Amino acid sequence: MKRAFLALGLGFLWAPVLLMAAYAFSESRVPFQWGGFSTRWFTALAANERLLEAAWLSLRIAAASASLALLLGLALGWVLARHGHFAGRPIFGALAGAPLVLPEVVTGLALLLLFVGLQALTGWPAQRGAMTVWLAHSALGMAYVAVLVQARLASLDPALEEVAADLGASPLAVFGTVTLPLIVPSLAAGWLLAFTLSLDDVVLASFVSGPGATTLPVYLFSQLRLGMTPEANALAVVMLGGAAVLGGIAWVIRRPG
Amino acid sequence: MSLLALEGVTKRFGGVVALDGLSLEIGAGEFFALLGGSGSGKSTLLRIIAGFEAPESGRVVLQGSDITRLPPPARAVAMMFQSYALFPHLSVADNIAYGLRRAGTAKDAIASRVAELVALLGLAGLEARRPHQLSGGQQQRVALARALARRPPLLLLDEPLAALDSGLREHTGLELRALQRRLGASFVMVTHDQSEALALADRVAVLEQGRIAQVASPRELYDKPATRSVARFLGAANILEAGGLPLRAEVEAPAYALRPERIRLADVLPAVNGAAAIVLEVAFRGGDALVLAQASGQVLRVVLPAGATLPEPGAAIILAWEPSALAPLLA
Amino acid sequence: MIRAATWAALVLLVAAPLVIVFGMGFGTPIAGVPPVIPPFGAAGWQGSFEAWSLLLADNFYLDTLLRSLRLATVTAALCLALGFGMALGIASAAPRRQALLLALVLLPFWTGSVLRMAAWVGLLRDGGWINAVLMQAGLITEPLPLLYSEGAMLVGMVHGYLPFAVLPLTAALTKRDLRLEEAAADLGAGRATVFLTVTLPLAAPAAAAAFLLVFIPAAGEVVIPEVLGAPDSMLIGRAIWGEFFQTRDWPQAAALSTALLALLLIPMALYQRLSVVR
Repeated sequence: MKRAFLALGLGFLWAPVLLMAAYAFSESRVPFQWGGFSTRWFTALAANERLLEAAWLSLRIAAASASLALLLGLALGWVLARHGHFAGRPIFGALAGAPLVLPEVVTGLALLLLFVGLQALTGWPAQRGAMTVWLAHSALGMAYVAVLVQARLASLDPALEEVAADLGASPLAVFGTVTLPLIVPSLAAGWLLAFTLSLDDVVLASFVSGPGATTLPVYLFSQLRLGMTPEANALAVVMLGGAAVLGGIAWVIRRPG
Repeated sequence: MSLLALEGVTKRFGGVVALDGLSLEIGAGEFFALLGGSGSGKSTLLRIIAGFEAPESGRVVLQGSDITRLPPPARAVAMMFQSYALFPHLSVADNIAYGLRRAGTAKDAIASRVAELVALLGLAGLEARRPHQLSGGQQQRVALARALARRPPLLLLDEPLAALDSGLREHTGLELRALQRRLGASFVMVTHDQSEALALADRVAVLEQGRIAQVASPRELYDKPATRSVARFLGAANILEAGGLPLRAEVEAPAYALRPERIRLADVLPAVNGAAAIVLEVAFRGGDALVLAQASGQVLRVVLPAGATLPEPGAAIILAWEPSALAPLLA
Repeated sequence: MIRAATWAALVLLVAAPLVIVFGMGFGTPIAGVPPVIPPFGAAGWQGSFEAWSLLLADNFYLDTLLRSLRLATVTAALCLALGFGMALGIASAAPRRQALLLALVLLPFWTGSVLRMAAWVGLLRDGGWINAVLMQAGLITEPLPLLYSEGAMLVGMVHGYLPFAVLPLTAALTKRDLRLEEAAADLGAGRATVFLTVTLPLAAPAAAAAFLLVFIPAAGEVVIPEVLGAPDSMLIGRAIWGEFFQTRDWPQAAALSTALLALLLIPMALYQRLSVVR
C-alpha cells in the first residue's frame, strides 16, 4: 500500500521528466515526436546565445543572492535562536518567516513597489535589473536560511559553547571554533536552497527586473508562450545532469567518516 | 587557606530562590561533593563557580582573589559537563588541545601535554577518533583530559558518572579519585547519588532548597546526619520521633536516626530501645537481607547479616538496639 | 548590534514592501512612468478608493478570489493524500534508502518549473504525446482536448507542489516512535485501526503544515495556470499579474494583493505556529 503510493508518486513526478530526457535525443522538430536519434538539439542549445546569456546571468544572480541570503539568514537565525525574548519578538519572528509563506506574486509586486518608492525618494536604484533581482532573491532566500540556522542552533547542546568558554575561548573564538563549524551543514543546505530558489524563479524576477536583465526562467517563460522547440528538452537534460553531479558531490562530502 | 570560598551567595531565577545566602569553603587538594536532589541548587552552584551564572549577591573567591564578576574564560577553573560536551567536529587530540590552543600555547608544548594526558587517561591509539566513535567511558576520559589540560587548580564535575552504564560507574569513580590524589588538584563534584558522594569525596555538602543542610566527612554524615531531611536523603535510615517508641539515647533530641544495620533481633522485649513487630517483607540481597517490619504505627527497615536465620513474612519478632545507635536529629 | 541590523533588514525587505502594497491600493492610475499617483503627496492625502470599490463591487474579482482558494484547497488536499502515502513509504524504507528516495522526489525539480510545465504542454496538447499514443492504440480517433483545462492545471499544480507536502511529512513520519504502533497492534488493533488511531493523529500537525505549505503559495500561483489552464478561468495570481503587466493598473494589482493577503492571513499565521519560526 505504502509502496504503491510511493511508486505512483515517483512515477508521476518523473514521467514528464523522463519523457523530456528521451525526446531530447529525437531528430524531430516537434517536441515529443520521435524522428530518429540525434543530438542536434544539444548543438542548437550550445549555439543559442540569448539562452546562454540568460543562463549565465541566472547563475551569477543565484550565487550572489544565495551568499547574501546566507549572511542575512545567519544573522536572523542567530537572533531568533539566541536573543531570547525581546521587545517586538513576535513581530520579528513573523517578519522573518513571512517570505516563506507570502505568495510570490505578492512578494514580487511588493518588492517592485519598494524599489520604485526608493527610487522616487532617494534616486536609488536608478534602474531595475540584475541588482534588484539580486536583492529580491536575497530577501526570499534569507528566510529559508534563517529557518535552517535557527533549527540547528536550537538543537545544539548549549554545554558545547559553555565548555569552550570555560576552556578559555573568547566569545568570538567560541563562535569561530565551535558554533560555526557545527552549523556549517545547515548553512550549506541554506545556501543551496537559496541558490535553487533564485535559479528557478519566474515571478519575482519578472516584477523587479528591467530591460537587459533577463534571467533564464523569465526567458524560458517568454519562449514557452511562443511555443517551445525540443531545445527545452535538451536543456532539461543538462540541468538534471548538473543537479545529479552536484547532488553526488554533496552526498560524498556529507558521508560521515 | 582555602582554595575556594563562597560567601553568602544568593541566586534567584524569576521568583524562585535557587541559592539562599550560601557559604562554603573548599580546601586545596580536596575531593568535595555537592549532594542534593533536583532543585536543591547544586548545579546552579557549580555554574556560579564556573562563571556561567552570576549571583545576585555574595562573592566567589578563588585563591584569595574575588572572581565573582569574571567571565568563564578568565577563571582558573575547568568544568566537566554531565553530557561531556565533546566537540563532535574535532578529534580526540584536538578536543584535548582546545584550551591550550586558546591560551596560545606553543605547538610542541601542546603536543607533549596532549601526549601526557592521553597516557595518563589511557586513551592511547584513540587520538585521531571523533567523539561519536568512542564508548561512553572513553568519552568521559576525553572530557576529563580536556578539562585537565591547562592544569586548573580546581576542577568542577557535573554528575561525572551519571552518563555511564551502572557496571562502569563504580570502577570509573575509583579511577577518578585516584587521579585526583595523583594530581593534587581540588575536585568539586555535583551528584544526586549519595553512595557515589560517600564513596569518593573527602567531604560532602548536602544541599536543600539552596541552603547547606550539613557539611561533613562521609563517615560522619552517615553516622550522624544533622537533620531529618539529611537522614532521609542519605536513605535507608529509620527516623524515630521522640515520644513514639520508648527510647533512651545518649543525647536528648526531638528525633533520632537509626541505621537499619544497628537493629538486631531479640528474644525478650526490652523496656526501652526495642519494639514488637510483624514482618511485612523479607528481601535477600546477597551480602545481607532487608526486613520491613511493622512496629506500632511505623514501618522499620532492618538489615540482618547474611548468616542470620531470616523470619518469614507475617511472623512476630522483637527488635532491639543500643542507645549509641540513636543519632540525634536537630530538625 | 546584530539585532538592530536584522531589524533593519526585515523592515526594509519585508515590512516596508507590504506596507507600500497596502498604501498603493489607494493610489490613482495615470498614463506615465510610474503609472500611478501615490495616495500621499506634498499636499497630503490625494488617494482614491476606486480600486477597492471595484474589487468589492465587481463579482469578477470576488469570483476570482474564490476560484483561487478552491483550486488551492483541491491542490493541497491531493498533494496531502498522495504525499502522505509517499512519506510513509519513504519513512518505512531502510535508512540508507531514505536519502536516495528523497533525492528522487527532489531531483525532477532541478529541471526547473518552466521546463516541467513545457513538458506537460508537450504531453497534453492536441498533437501531443498522450493523444498520439492514444490514437495510435486506436482508443480514440479525435485528439482529446486535454490542455488548457481545469484538469491540466490541476495536474500541473500537484506536480509542482507535491514535494512541499512530501518533505515535512517525511521528516515527521521518520522521527515517529514506531513502538507506539507496535503497542497498538499488541493491544489488538488491526492495521487500518493502528493507522487511524495512532499514526494519523500523531502526524496531524505535520499534515496540517504540509497542507498549508501547499495551500498558501498555490492560492497565488501564476505560472502554472497561465501555461496549462483555460484562458477564461481567471485566478487571483493571474489577475494581479494581468493588472500589473497588461493593464498597468498598479492600484488595482495592489488592492488585489492586499485582499489575497487578508484571506491568507489566518492560514499563514497557522503555518507559522506549526513551523519552526516563532
